[in-house]
Parts: sequence; structure tokens; C-alpha cells
Amino acid sequence: MSLAVEALPGLRRRPAGRRGIQHLARRFAHNRLALGGLILFVLILLTALLAAWIAPASPIKTDFGAYLQPPGPRHLMGTDELGRDVLSRIIFGARASLEAGMISVGLGIAAGLPLGIVAGFYRGRLDDVLMRLTDAMLSFPQLILALAVAAVLGPGLAKAMIAIAVVLMPVFMRIMRAQVLTEREREYVDAARAMGAADRRIIWRHLLPNSLAPIVVQGSLNVAGAIITEATLSFLGLGTQPPTPSWGSMLNAAQQYLTQAPWMSFWPGVAIAVTVFAVNVAGDGLREIWDPRTR
Amino acid sequence: MLQKVPVTAELAAAALLIAWAIAIPAGVLAAWRRRTAVDYFASAGALTGLSIPNFWLGIMLIYLFAVHLHWLPASGFVPPAEDLGRNLKSIVMPAFVLGVVLAAFVMRQLRSSMLEVLSADYVRTANAKGLGERVVLVRHALRNAVIPVITVMGIQLGTLLGGAVITETIFALPGLGRLAVESIYGRDYPMLEGVVIFSAFAILVINLMVDIVYSLIDPRIKLAGGTS
Repeated sequence: MSLAVEALPGLRRRPAGRRGIQHLARRFAHNRLALGGLILFVLILLTALLAAWIAPASPIKTDFGAYLQPPGPRHLMGTDELGRDVLSRIIFGARASLEAGMISVGLGIAAGLPLGIVAGFYRGRLDDVLMRLTDAMLSFPQLILALAVAAVLGPGLAKAMIAIAVVLMPVFMRIMRAQVLTEREREYVDAARAMGAADRRIIWRHLLPNSLAPIVVQGSLNVAGAIITEATLSFLGLGTQPPTPSWGSMLNAAQQYLTQAPWMSFWPGVAIAVTVFAVNVAGDGLREIWDPRTR
Repeated sequence: MLQKVPVTAELAAAALLIAWAIAIPAGVLAAWRRRTAVDYFASAGALTGLSIPNFWLGIMLIYLFAVHLHWLPASGFVPPAEDLGRNLKSIVMPAFVLGVVLAAFVMRQLRSSMLEVLSADYVRTANAKGLGERVVLVRHALRNAVIPVITVMGIQLGTLLGGAVITETIFALPGLGRLAVESIYGRDYPMLEGVVIFSAFAILVINLMVDIVYSLIDPRIKLAGGTS
């Protein structure tokens, strides 16, 4: 039976096969700004991974002989109130930000996707309950909800990531449900069902691959938002805890020394802005290649 | 808690005003002069506005205008009933910080809906009639392009309230957002719950008002229950 399904044209397992992906990649590469954003993001990612080799000094070792030093040849971005090298802390801080950005979005997708599929595929009472639940969650301002969840969970990077994931989950659930609702009415699903395919096969082989594009686009843009949210939570003292460096918590500490050591406030913000800009630009590029209106 | 609402409301209103003041000219110009330096500049500016964390922008503004130039107070709030001038001085930086992100959202939405509207037949007709470019742009195009923008504004109200948490904390404004942060630090969870639920309620009410505003701007949209 499954042989017959494979043999029919238009019923292939992967509708966007290798050539489709190559075509999309070429469209993406054509958008120079988006490509630049992606390259920048990869560079930042490498910096985070290789922080131990790149950073000129330890991010947590204190040096009371050299506290609040302005930027100079020995410390390119100056030192903080405990004499720690700001540049090294920025480099190591990339880890917390990127981890938070990618893991919290991953968690949000992992939780939202199955629920969205179930709601869209089976409809009925369960769908109603799940949708009212997302309605309720989406009516809260995102940051305030994340703040409340993080406050209840307590401080810490992992908990901040969970808080962000909780806020993102209904968004992905909604998108996936909408995708499944339209895809399940297509002829190829009818055809698969006529061939005797079970629900599970239809979901995994047909609905899931055909519905992923908007999730990827939304996810990439949400990484940017998640990085800012993590920085905000850390800034308020709820995310990454000292002495582990993160851009948000560095800004938190720097605020008290704004008059004496403005460089402590300046660089972490630049780091956040550059990273988020790179993700936003790359995400915009992804959206454009998938959005039929801009083709 | 209700005493704190007017502070946040004033902040949000001022931020909205600033956002419109930046976003409308930028969005219209970017769409009108599509694929020119103006467009690229405005679009890149919007992306930058989306990428800058607002608490950092706030800190930098404090450094520039309060610490360095001594033009504005670094923090604190003066009620408008007490001294309007000082009230405005205390609100201008936070409102700008809050307005920038919003302006970026609004500008991007306005640009894309202007592009759509500018290719519509009635705009071509208006141009063909020999109406001045400015009249066409503002009376015909902008008026129609603004409708989806208002929807986005409604959705972004959450961003506004979330941003208020940050700006009120940095600038020490006694509003709802700061109350939320203080109740987290003080482990006053009932109070935090109250703020969270109140903010959701406020958003629902304002979105309802937005729907009503629609029907005023666009006579084609009728609220359910009316004769349609």
C-alpha cells in the first residue's frame, strides 16, 4: 500500500525536496542584508562557543587593584566595579543570551507544536478548550506574563528560559493549528486517507512537513524577542545570577556606576542590539522568501 | 494600585504620541519613495529601533541628558497638577524610550499597507485627475492605509505596558510597571497578580475601543448588531 502512495506524483514524502530547499537558499542568499545578518549571527554564535579561547581575561576573576578602569590598551572595554574585564564578560555573556534565545524558543515550539496539531487535526471539544486557553494567555502583555512566571519560579537562567517558553507556547500553538486546519482539507490528505493511511502517518508524513514554514519564520523572529526578554529579566535580577556574566545582569550592575563608569553600561547594550539586529534581519529575510506576497 | 494608573496612562499616551509623530511621516515617505535612500534609511532605522533594548536606551539617555548635559531630571515624577512644566520634563525621556519600539512597529506596518494602497485603482484615478501628490498621499492613501495600522497598535498595547515596566523602573516613575517589579522584589504575589490581571483587562477594554474607532474611521465597517 505504501508503495502505491510513493509512486503517485505529487504525493511524495517531501514536497519541498532538495531542489526546493536549494532554491529557497538561493533566494535567501540573494537578499544581501539577510545574508549579512545570518553571517553576523553565526559569528556571534562562534564567539559564544569559543569564548574560553577568545576572551583576553577571565570573566569572573576579580582584580581590586584595577576596578572601574576606563577603556584602554589593557582593557579594551574597561573594567567593572570588581576589576573584571568588561570585554571578556561581554564575550562570555553571549552564551547566556544565545542560550536563552534559542532554547526558550525551542521549548516554546516543542510545547506548542503538538498541541496545535492535535487541536487542528481532531477539532472538537479539545480544540475549543485549548483555544480558549491560548486566548487567555495571549490577552496578557507578554513581558508582564514572563515577569510573573519568572517571579513565581524564582531567579536563574533556566527558569527565565522556561518563563519565556511559557509565553511563546500559545503563539506557536495558534500558528500550527491554523496551518493544520488548512492543510488537512487538501487533496493530498484525502488521497493519503483513501489509501488507508492512519492518522499518525498523515500527521507525521504529510501535515507536519507542509506546515513547518511559518513556524520557522515566526521562531526565528521570536529568537530576537527572547534575547531581549532574557536580558530584561536579568536586568531586573530575575535571569542569570552573578557571577555568571550576562548582558542583562551586567547592565543591572552598571546602572549604579553610570556617572563614574559609563562604559560599563554602554557595551552590554551594544552587544544586545547587534545580536538582536542580526537575528531580526535574518528572520525578515526568511519571512520574505516564504511569503507568497513578496515573490 | 489604582493611584498608579494615571502615571502609566500618561506615560503610555505620551509614548503613543511620539510613536505616531515618528512613524507616520517615516512610513509614508518610505512607501512613497520606495527603494530609494529614504526608504532604506527609514526601514533600517525601524529595524534598529526594534533591536535596541529599551532599558539600555533609557540608561544611555539618562547619561546623555541628565548626567552629562543636565537638561532633564534623571528620574522621579512630578504630577501634572503640581507643575506641568516639570511634569513634562520628567516624562519626556521615558515616553521617548517607550515610543521608539512602538514607532518601529507602526512604521513597518504603515509602510507595507501604504505600498498596497498606493497601487490601488482609486489612487491611480486620483493621480489621473491631476490632484496634487500631497493630497493623494494624505487624503486618499494614508487614510486607507491607517486602518491595519490601528489593529497593530491594538496588538502592541501589550508591548507598551510591558515596556512601561522597564521604563518606570529605570526612571523611577510611580506607575503600574514599577509596582509590578516592586511586588516581585517584595514577594507580594497577590499584588503582582492584581497588576497582571489589571493589565490584561485594560488591554481588552482598549482593544474594544479600537474596534469602535474603526467604525468611525471607515464607514464600511459595521459593528455586529447594526444593519449591515
